Amino acid sequence: MSAGVDRVAAAFTRAREENRAALVGYLTGFDPDRAGSLERIFAACEGGLDVLELGVPFSDPTADGPTIQAAMTRALASGASVAGALALAAEIRRRFELPIVLFSYANPLISYGPERLSRETAEAGADALLVVDLPPEHAEVLRGPASARGLGWVGLVAPTTTPNRRARVLGASSGFVYAVSLTGVTGAPLNPGDPALHAGLATLRSASSLPIVVGFGVRKAEDVRALAGHADGVVVGSALVEAGQRGPAALGELVKTLRAGTLRA
Amino acid sequence: MTAAPHSEDDNPLRGPPELLGEFGEFGGRYVAETLMPAVEELAREWPKAWADYAFVDEYRAILRDYVGRPTPLTEARRLPAAIGGGRIFLKREDLNHTGAHKINNCIGQVLLARRLGKTRIIAETGAGQHGVATATACAYFGMPCTVYMGAEDVSRQALNVVRMRLLGAEVRPVTSGSATLKDAINAALRDWVASVADTHYVIGSVMGPDPYPLMVRELQRVIGDEARAQILDRIGRLPDAAVACVGGGSNAMGLFAAFVPDKEVRLFGVEATGEGLQGRHAATMAKGRIGVFHGMRSLVLQTDDGQLLEAHSISAGLDYPGIGPEHAHLHATGRARYLGISDREALAATELLARTEGIIPALETAHAIAALPQVIAELGPEAVVIVNVSGRGDKDMHTVMTHLDPATLALIAEAERERKAARAAHHGATGSHPGEEALIVDGHELRADGKEGA
Ligand SMILES: Cc1ncc(COP(=O)(O)O)c(C=O)c1O
Repeated sequence: MSAGVDRVAAAFTRAREENRAALVGYLTGFDPDRAGSLERIFAACEGGLDVLELGVPFSDPTADGPTIQAAMTRALASGASVAGALALAAEIRRRFELPIVLFSYANPLISYGPERLSRETAEAGADALLVVDLPPEHAEVLRGPASARGLGWVGLVAPTTTPNRRARVLGASSGFVYAVSLTGVTGAPLNPGDPALHAGLATLRSASSLPIVVGFGVRKAEDVRALAGHADGVVVGSALVEAGQRGPAALGELVKTLRAGTLRA
Repeated sequence: MTAAPHSEDDNPLRGPPELLGEFGEFGGRYVAETLMPAVEELAREWPKAWADYAFVDEYRAILRDYVGRPTPLTEARRLPAAIGGGRIFLKREDLNHTGAHKINNCIGQVLLARRLGKTRIIAETGAGQHGVATATACAYFGMPCTVYMGAEDVSRQALNVVRMRLLGAEVRPVTSGSATLKDAINAALRDWVASVADTHYVIGSVMGPDPYPLMVRELQRVIGDEARAQILDRIGRLPDAAVACVGGGSNAMGLFAAFVPDKEVRLFGVEATGEGLQGRHAATMAKGRIGVFHGMRSLVLQTDDGQLLEAHSISAGLDYPGIGPEHAHLHATGRARYLGISDREALAATELLARTEGIIPALETAHAIAALPQVIAELGPEAVVIVNVSGRGDKDMHTVMTHLDPATLALIAEAERERKAARAAHHGATGSHPGEEALIVDGHELRADGKEGA
């Protein structure tokens, strides 16, 4: 069985063969607590996620909107830690084959020790890192050790990114590239039919052979449907976290509807 | 300036350190990709503006004609006798318009924002001093201004909230996290991520992603440049030491900047040890560990797992769990030393400076004053020391009242009782009803417990 960046690639290949976009779902580890988050993540995986973004909580998540901020605060209050999140990843891996991307901020990960983090991430069966406040200029500290372990490094391209910067982000990325859909934080309102957004995705597509996922503000199946033809994957975060607050069943249901939206016409 | 102009076209993943605005191993630009282009634009445009005579002349003219610079260097007359000697020179940033050094930075940054074509200003504030200074600069230039302020600080510093609103700024209380300065910065960063196309974020100290630490230092170095010229003029030699309090570190960097090359001048930063290093504190140098926070790599108060700790200081302006990267560098290289002063010592120093010199310092400043005995003990009673009086204490009278002075409270309570008794006697005579009235001081209802009335 493949692992790391290969497992990520395989998930996108499979979705493409099924003529659909991959459904990438974000949930925060330890929200509302360890057991509760596992239940919710299992329900989401069973509902049909293709890729899981597992949030490793940070006290000061400046790129996140109120929903994910609050989830991280709840998670820290119930004892979340980097080691705890890695143990969660290992438990998820025992039950599911989907790629797991650790989503976090630089400080908790670097503080854990880049070598140790990379080794234990690979051992847990997680496959890639997405660190929102580590632009390519500063990424080497984690990206180097992670790449050495076969882990992917997910770079972000924003609507504000210049062509020069885009090349730099793509050069540092492996596994897939994350196209931020809007100029703002996670959970902000998005118009998924915006021609400028579609044009940006087309430009990015022509600049890279990596799978491209689009996210921030995607909430409903119709949002996913509107974007499925413009990217290799669509990310849903805040909406999943909110559904999770209504319980694992509600979350599983939402994932099923979102998954139905990934089919390309 | 230590950094060369930055170029967006430098292609290697990690350019040479000066291209990322690093001070030794500290600094950098650790922000979300959405903000990177804006930060790069600032890093490109700031050195051009600072090298442009028209820009610098306009900045200096506003500091002279509006802010009231140069500020005096006042030799302390009676303070030395109380602290073991020394010749103490007070750099009077408290005499700036708005009452602190913060305005030097705000005028410069709002000028730069205008030059970059930005039409809206945002800022964070802790004590409210930076918020007031930013709101003032925005009123001066006619720019809309939004200030983020932790909900805790909104209630601790209510008078500054009123000042900001009078100046036309919108104040947005922040309730997330610890609801203090660090959370206000988080909220301002989130606003900026969404508004970066037309908005400039005026960071209030020598912190945040490059080029802020460098830019704010340069905009504050007028403090040190003036003080250096003034002391040479006054006594014909450089001081033995320069002393300043350190929150994010802007008033200290502004003073130090002029003296860093003068190896014979010792530099002392003073951080807040709050209730003591075993209790709640803001002693980043003493207790911090290297981390990445608010866009910079610096020393940070954090748990073993890399989560930020809440800082505490009686002075809201020092209540921050990080410190500017250039201070971390001066600390690591030994060029500057950092001392700790507790809440209690700062309160005592407030009273000391008030009684010996007739100057009521801000509680932040009081930390620097409180460190003077230690500096004099080390350098000897002949030492010449410049201390930065970063701000005046008016904003802190409420805190001082509740912590320092039961006698004042008793005096006010007594006056109130007498007034009520007199009114009761009067109303009794006229037959009308005596209302429950509190004493109104400075627009604020005061109760005998020192808390504000509704
Ligand atoms: C009067 C005064 N001094 C000092 C500070 C601390 O900031 P810094 O360390 O950037 O000078 C503040 C911050 O609000 C302040 O108001």
